[in-house]
Amino acid sequence: MTHAIILPVVLPAVLAPLLVLLRHRLPLQRALGLAGSVALAALSLALLAQSATPHLYRLGDWPAPFGIVLVLDRLSALMLVLTATLALIVHAYAVATGWDRRGPHFHALYLFQLMGLNGAFLTGDLFNLFVFFEVLLIASYGLMVHGAGRDRLRAGIQYVAFNLIASTLFLFALGLVYAVTGTLNMADIAVKVAALPPGDHALIRVAAVMLIGVFAIKAALVPLQFWLPGTYANAPGPVAALFAIMTKVGAYAILRTVTLILPAASPAIGPLLTDMLLPAATLTLLVGAIGTLGARTLPRLAALAAIASVGTLFIAIATNSPQATTAALYYLIHSTLATAAIFLIADQVTTRRNGTLTEGPRLPAPLAALYFATAIALAGLPPLSGFLGKLLILDALRGHPWLWALILCSSFLMILGLARAGSTLFWKSTEPVEAKPQTLALTAIATLLALLAALTVLAGPVTDWLALAAADLHDPAAYIAANGLPLP
Amino acid sequence: MELLIAAAIGLLTACGLYLILRQRTFPLIVGLSLLSYAVNLFLFASGRLAPDLPPIISKTATAYTDPLPQALVLTAIVISFGMTAVIVLMSLGAWLTAGHDRTDMDGGDDK
Repeated sequence: MTHAIILPVVLPAVLAPLLVLLRHRLPLQRALGLAGSVALAALSLALLAQSATPHLYRLGDWPAPFGIVLVLDRLSALMLVLTATLALIVHAYAVATGWDRRGPHFHALYLFQLMGLNGAFLTGDLFNLFVFFEVLLIASYGLMVHGAGRDRLRAGIQYVAFNLIASTLFLFALGLVYAVTGTLNMADIAVKVAALPPGDHALIRVAAVMLIGVFAIKAALVPLQFWLPGTYANAPGPVAALFAIMTKVGAYAILRTVTLILPAASPAIGPLLTDMLLPAATLTLLVGAIGTLGARTLPRLAALAAIASVGTLFIAIATNSPQATTAALYYLIHSTLATAAIFLIADQVTTRRNGTLTEGPRLPAPLAALYFATAIALAGLPPLSGFLGKLLILDALRGHPWLWALILCSSFLMILGLARAGSTLFWKSTEPVEAKPQTLALTAIATLLALLAALTVLAGPVTDWLALAAADLHDPAAYIAANGLPLP
Repeated sequence: MELLIAAAIGLLTACGLYLILRQRTFPLIVGLSLLSYAVNLFLFASGRLAPDLPPIISKTATAYTDPLPQALVLTAIVISFGMTAVIVLMSLGAWLTAGHDRTDMDGGDDK
């Protein structure tokens, strides 16, 4: 156990440079890259089994808050497992479709991306979170323009510029937090903020709003969502599918911020952050749902559906009660897998047509079946987990009739948007001959849907476990104690 | 000195933002660099402004300045340097393939 916590960061950090050296030997690259993904999945499952109490890993054995620490608790273990599962399936898809052949360093960049993601989920230090954000971003810049092309490069510049501005804002927020509290360890900030003199309240509130702003950019909350549709729609299919976890990094960071670092319970913050998040979340849901009606290409439709799912997720996060957080975590797992599935399907469609929602060559029947199932999951219709996720969120929102109306109406809009796209794509074809399906690629998409089905069937045990994770989040005493710090 | 530092940070941020909003890749990159200079100064000031004090332990020192912001600034400089290199290369690639250097997407919804 002692050193296992840092392995999800160290393993890709060692493997990825090796893969750079093997740039001309694709079979070896593929074998090592996939082996890395499998190892990460096994490792994250092993960590999940031990996450019942928070575990601390001190880098260089310096005690918190002076050294940098990694903390494994239920939430971070859950995010690790989700990342590794998604990464493994998408990696297999990229190999099966030959996407990894279109540029020399796909596998190396992919592992660097996983290293950044794992680090961001594990770290217990705010500046370290910034560093891991940069690691995952710089890898994502490479992946985003993988295979190049005019539109992809230009969308890539927008994506990079947007994120560089976000990084600068993050540094400003970090500077403020450090100036006010004198620490950057997340648990220590929680302790210091709770005991802050009233004169410093205004400064920490400014820092809190800036932090939430940065994470909202990552999570693509309206009005900071402008980078997402262009980026996701122009990124290579498998990369867009992996990016399904990127908005969840923002969700994870905001969840940590509003429960641990700057909780509503501390007098300096109060309900400031959740009050800001709720209107943003409702707008995000509306923009995403209405956008699905107006999208002209399937990748753009998928990107807007991703925005809508972020909106639903943040309505639950902004409610900030243990029950709502449980629902949010369940919906987070569901929306990550469902979004990835729709991006992979969009990639299958765009390799045969140009992706616009008009008639074209006939698409294989299994693909149509997969689209149908994914659309059901995305829109939140029974029997798949999207329905259960939305039901859990609605259950946690008793007493908010207008939020109920919003979630239900937006689901209806998404059903319309997805049905319109599906009927145009799969029922109107110019050529009678059916294209040959790529069996391996379709198997990868089917695996994602099988996971969604499993999430539905095992909803009982899963929500019980998630309720424990949510209880941990809303009572961070154990997390703070694991850092070896006195309780506030 | 506080006024000087604060004015410098404000001026750099304002110029950086103005250049970013120009929607051309060269001003964008210069603007991002100015913003990163501003944030480096800001981080440096977050450990309080203390002239002529050493950040590391020495026998002759009577007081110390906070060494952590200096380490943070160093990290921030390295990262922003790398990121600038990435965006310069991508901009060159986009300029060579697209033939112009505008950063907005033409035809928005086309692709």
